[in-house]
Parts: sequence; C-alpha cells; structure tokens
Amino acid sequence: MTATAPTRTAARRPRPLQTLRVGPVSATYRRRDLLVPVVLAVALVLVSAVSLGRGDYPISTVDVLRSLVGLGEETDRFIVLELRAPRIVVAVLVGIALGVSGALVQTFARNPLASPDVLGVTGGASIGAVAVLVLGGSSLSGPLASIGLPGAALAGGLVMAALVFGLAWRQGIDGYRLVLVGIALSAMAQAVIRYLLTRSDIQLAAVANVWITGSLNGRDWDQAVPLALSLVVLLPAALALGRTLRVLQFGDETATALGVRVPLAQGVTVVVAVALAAVAVAAAGPIQFVALVVPQIAVRLAGGSRPPLLASGLLGALLLVASDLLARTVLPDSFPVGVVTAVVGAPYLLWLLVRGRRRSTL
Amino acid sequence: MAQRTATPAAPAAAAPPRRGLLPGAGSRLLGLCLLLALTVAVCALSIAVGTRSIGLGTVWHALWNAHAPGDETVIVRQLRVPRTLLGVLAGAALGVAGALMQGHTRNPLGDPGLLGITAGASFAVVLSIWLLHLNSAAGYVWFALAGALLGSVAVYLVGSSGRGGATPVSLALAGSALSFLLFALVQAITIRETTALDAFRFWVVGALAGRGSDVVVQVAPFIVVGLVLAVVNAPALNLLGLGEDVARGLGQRIWLARAVGLLAITLLTGAATAACGPIAFVGLVVPHVARAVTGPDHRWLVPWSGLLGIVFLLLADVLGRVVARPGELQVGIVLAVVGAPFFIALVRRRKLAAL
Repeated sequence: MTATAPTRTAARRPRPLQTLRVGPVSATYRRRDLLVPVVLAVALVLVSAVSLGRGDYPISTVDVLRSLVGLGEETDRFIVLELRAPRIVVAVLVGIALGVSGALVQTFARNPLASPDVLGVTGGASIGAVAVLVLGGSSLSGPLASIGLPGAALAGGLVMAALVFGLAWRQGIDGYRLVLVGIALSAMAQAVIRYLLTRSDIQLAAVANVWITGSLNGRDWDQAVPLALSLVVLLPAALALGRTLRVLQFGDETATALGVRVPLAQGVTVVVAVALAAVAVAAAGPIQFVALVVPQIAVRLAGGSRPPLLASGLLGALLLVASDLLARTVLPDSFPVGVVTAVVGAPYLLWLLVRGRRRSTL
Repeated sequence: MAQRTATPAAPAAAAPPRRGLLPGAGSRLLGLCLLLALTVAVCALSIAVGTRSIGLGTVWHALWNAHAPGDETVIVRQLRVPRTLLGVLAGAALGVAGALMQGHTRNPLGDPGLLGITAGASFAVVLSIWLLHLNSAAGYVWFALAGALLGSVAVYLVGSSGRGGATPVSLALAGSALSFLLFALVQAITIRETTALDAFRFWVVGALAGRGSDVVVQVAPFIVVGLVLAVVNAPALNLLGLGEDVARGLGQRIWLARAVGLLAITLLTGAATAACGPIAFVGLVVPHVARAVTGPDHRWLVPWSGLLGIVFLLLADVLGRVVARPGELQVGIVLAVVGAPFFIALVRRRKLAAL
C-alpha cells in the first residue's frame, strides 16, 4: 500500500532467484519451485508403491515388483495389475487434473475461493451423473453403467461450462462476470441435484450420494486409459500457460501493457481448466476438496504469490492416493475417497492457517 | 511482505463501476419505500395463495377472526401466517447476512454459510437425526443453531490465530476448510446410514413448509438482534472497504467492527438455517442484485438486501406452492432454478457494481 520503491521490494525478497544459463537460453527459478515438486513426486511414488501392496489381500513388496514386470503368481498379478494399479493410476491422474485445474481457476479469477465449480463443470457433471442414476433406475448395469455414467458426467460438465462461458461472454470475458454467472448456475445445479435426490427412491439416492462425494471404487483401466490420454494433451498445455498466468495476476491492464493478449490467454486458461476438471470428474466424481483447497495448501508449501501448477497437481495426486490407501485399509468397507480426502486435508490447511505467516490475498 | 501482498486485490476491484442504478440518496430512499410496499404486497400474496384455493374474502375474514368456523381459518392462521412470517424473517436474515459477508470478506463468492455456519448446522442436524432419531424440522432447530454457532466460533478462532489476525482471506480459507471437513463427516454419516440420508435429504433442500409458529418464535429473537447489529455495523463496513490501514487511520477499531459483523452474520445465518435448512441462493445472489441498485454503500446495501431477500424468498415460496399442485416444490429449489436465470440476465445487462 505504501509507496515502496520496486528495487527495495526486490531487495527484501526472502529467497533470491536462481539463474540457469544454457548457451543462448536462460531462465530464472526459485529453489523452492523445484524442491517442492521433487519432494512431492518422491512421496507420491512411495505412497503409490505402498498402496499397491496393501489391501484386503496384502502382497509383499518383492511380489508386487515381480507382478509389475509380469512374473509372480497369477493371483498376485491379477490383484496388482487389474485391481490395484488402475485404481491408483486413476487416483494419481484425477488428483493431478483437479489440482492443476483448481490452480488455473484461482489464478485466473484472482480468488482463493474459486474452483472449477465456479465454471460450472462440477455442477453440470453431477446433474448428468445423478440424472442417469436416478432416472435410469435399477435397470442401470453393464455398458450403460460403465460408459453411460462417465459419459453423462463428461457431457454435463462440458455443456454447463459452455453455458457459463457463453452467458458470461459480452465482447470478451470479464473475470468478475464469469464468476457471477458461474455461481448462479452452480446454485441452480445444486438445487436440481437436491431435487432429484428428494424425488428418487432412497436406494438410488444413496448410490447417487456416493457418486457426488467422489469415489474410486471399482475403477479399472477403462477409466484410466482415456484419462491418461486426455492428460497427455492437457497437462503440457496447462504448464505452458504458467508464464502467462504469472503476468495475468497483475491485472488485465498491466498484462496487456506487458504484451499478453489477455482475452486469448483467459480463454485458453478457462478451456484447459474446464477440460481438466471435466475428465477428472467423469472418472471419479467431483472430489471438490482437491480442486478448491489443494492449490491453497500448495501455495503455502511452495511460497510465491499464486498457486503453483505442478505442485498443486502433485499434491492433489498425493492426497488422493494416500486417502484411497486409508479408505481401503483402515476404514470399514469401501468408503468413498471424497470423504477421506477432506478429513485428511482440511485439518492440514487449518494447521497451516493457524501457524501461517502469510497474509496473502491469493 | 504486507505491501506486496495487499496489492493484488486492487486491480480486480478497480475495473467495474462503483456506482449503482440509483446514485442519489433521495432516489434510493424512494426506491426503498417502493420496495417496502412490494414486500408487504408479497406477504399478502403469500397468505392468500396456496395449494388449497381459498377466496380472498375468506382469507381476510379468517385473519381477523380467530374463532371463525371451518378448515380455512386453520389453514390461514396456523399454516400460511407462520410460514409467511418465517419467510420474512429468513429472507431478511439471509439477504442482510450475505451483504455483510461479502463486505467483510471483500469477495463476491462470499456466501453467509462461508464461516462454517451452514456446515456446522448441517453436521449438528445429521447427528441429531442419526443419534437421537429426530425427524421433524422443529426438532432440529436448537441443534442446528448450536452447530452454526460452534462452527463460526471455530472458524473465527482458526482464522484469527495466524500472524496477520482475522483477515478476510484467512477467515474465508478457514471457513472453507472447516466446511469441507464437516460436510465430509456429514457425507460419511449419510453414506453409512441410509435412514439418516432419508431424513437429511429433505432438510438440506431448504423449505419454509411445515415449520409451525413455535419455530418462528424460537428463531425471531436471534434474527432481530442480528438485524440490529447489522445496521450498526454498516458504516464501519464502508470504512473497512477502504482497506484496513485506511480504516484504522480514520479511527475505526478494526477488531470491533469485524467482531460485530461476524456476530451478526452468525446470528442471522444460524437462525435462518436452523429454521429453514440451508438456502444458499438468497445470501449469495441477493446482495449482488441490491448492489446493482445502491452501489457499494453498506448503509443502503444492508436494508435493500434485507427487503429484496424477503421478496425473493416469498415469491419463490408462493411459486413453489402453485407450480406443482397438489404437491409443493421446496423454496430452496424454486429460488435457485428461477432466480439464477434472472440473476444472469442482470449480470449480462450491465456491469455490476463491484464490492
């Protein structure tokens, strides 16, 4: 607020930037920007490895490794490769997608309370899935259940996001207007879901209730492969946006002056964020905590002025895999992972807030 | 650090206009009187219209004669009047609480449930259903109120214990983290206990129906106190909007203004949620509509939000009684489904006054 000269602000910065030069190419980075993702990635690999061996039928580390390379007993191979591995892969991919999507939206809207919900993805996807569950009734089985449900969720999410985007469009996209249109449509979606829940048979309502919490139960390669293919395209696109986002956070005018084509950058950011959230929600249901809170935890771990994309994604994946491990081993029969995620993650954010020294706005 | 981190909010807030449709005090006062008249008319509509068609003459007669014979008297006096009163209380409470919440957090996404109030109330209600096997809206009231109070106290403690004190962002984040935690526990219980889900799903949509006059009497004192506190808090909120440093420089005691505001929000939202279930839409959207008219001056915004909240809630309730005869649609659903397109049309028509 006070008139501090930019040079003094730079001088008081706690960690100086590191410089990397390779021939004519040079880049600056902060040590924590590299350190935090590396630590998170290592933790993710470790927890995933533990998760492969644990469950109702424990398998030793050696047997897990043998199964992974195609050796070992057939039972072990089946359990590791067909039951546990796809589930863990889905958890990792969904966590990455939701974490990155949340970080993108929060940076774009410059608002720590924004999440893909605000873009309508979650609401639309939930309407699609709950409608299929409730209206499809007990006849829902076989191909309709395995393709129809995620398909309806994906379609619902994309349609709703397009609706939010279209209704907010008036000679360009204004972040504030987009958020307002988004909250109105999300409220509407919530109301429709609750109405469908009151109207349906209680057994179906219970199934739908599990879906809208977000669950990894029974996920196999059918979900993992399309998700992985989408992320191969979307994730590089999101990471490539990082530099532009760093400029966008200073405000539209400043960004324009610095040479960013603001409408284009905003449009691409929204499309990538929506697509990431939509594929994740279609695979595992709306695990809202990851998209909203994980970027805020990540920014507190990594420092900096906005949620870091890569660290948010890795932290989301770590949280989901760890929660899934807890849900499968400690808790009674097949608790949806969406519940565990919030119960594990929320106290951590509360603790960070209690001892935190940040007063940041984002 | 403080200098660097305080700036990012400014560019976002500076872009949209900071004036409403009615710039002058005279026109705002006139508008407020018209809105008051509209509120009275909507109350009359809410008493006159219902699932059962009763002639206007009969309704009028029943209103003034407690002992008039016939079912109509019972319907009007024991069903429609308490329901309308509850609508008035809840609508005003949620509208005002929303305006305060968005002012205190300086965030257009701030809904009055953000302080952990809705989550606390929901958790308490689901516990009372699960452990005590309660299943009537009137039975939940005290549990919901206690849960709402505990939730907001917890959020305030966490949000204010960091190094920077109770800043808008730390409060909002503490609120959303605690809400997630409590809602996860609610989900856990409803997933395990299908009977609890069966009762809970009807509470969580939000409704005015089936709450007798005893519920109205129970929550009215909380809402009245909350409304008074909100009116007292409005001028201070204008100063806080200039930034905490400026407000402090102008002689405002920051912690007092925050505490009064948060207490008002807690009382208003807690009581309304306890009586009707969570009706998020009023608190979230009505302040934006009111701000479009009055601009960001909270001395006008608070009364406008309250009256608009009443009008929205009662109109939605009446609509819900009419569209699905002989059944009813719960007011929370009608509000969101009808209110959202209206709100979007408003957002598209003009650049809304920012916070």
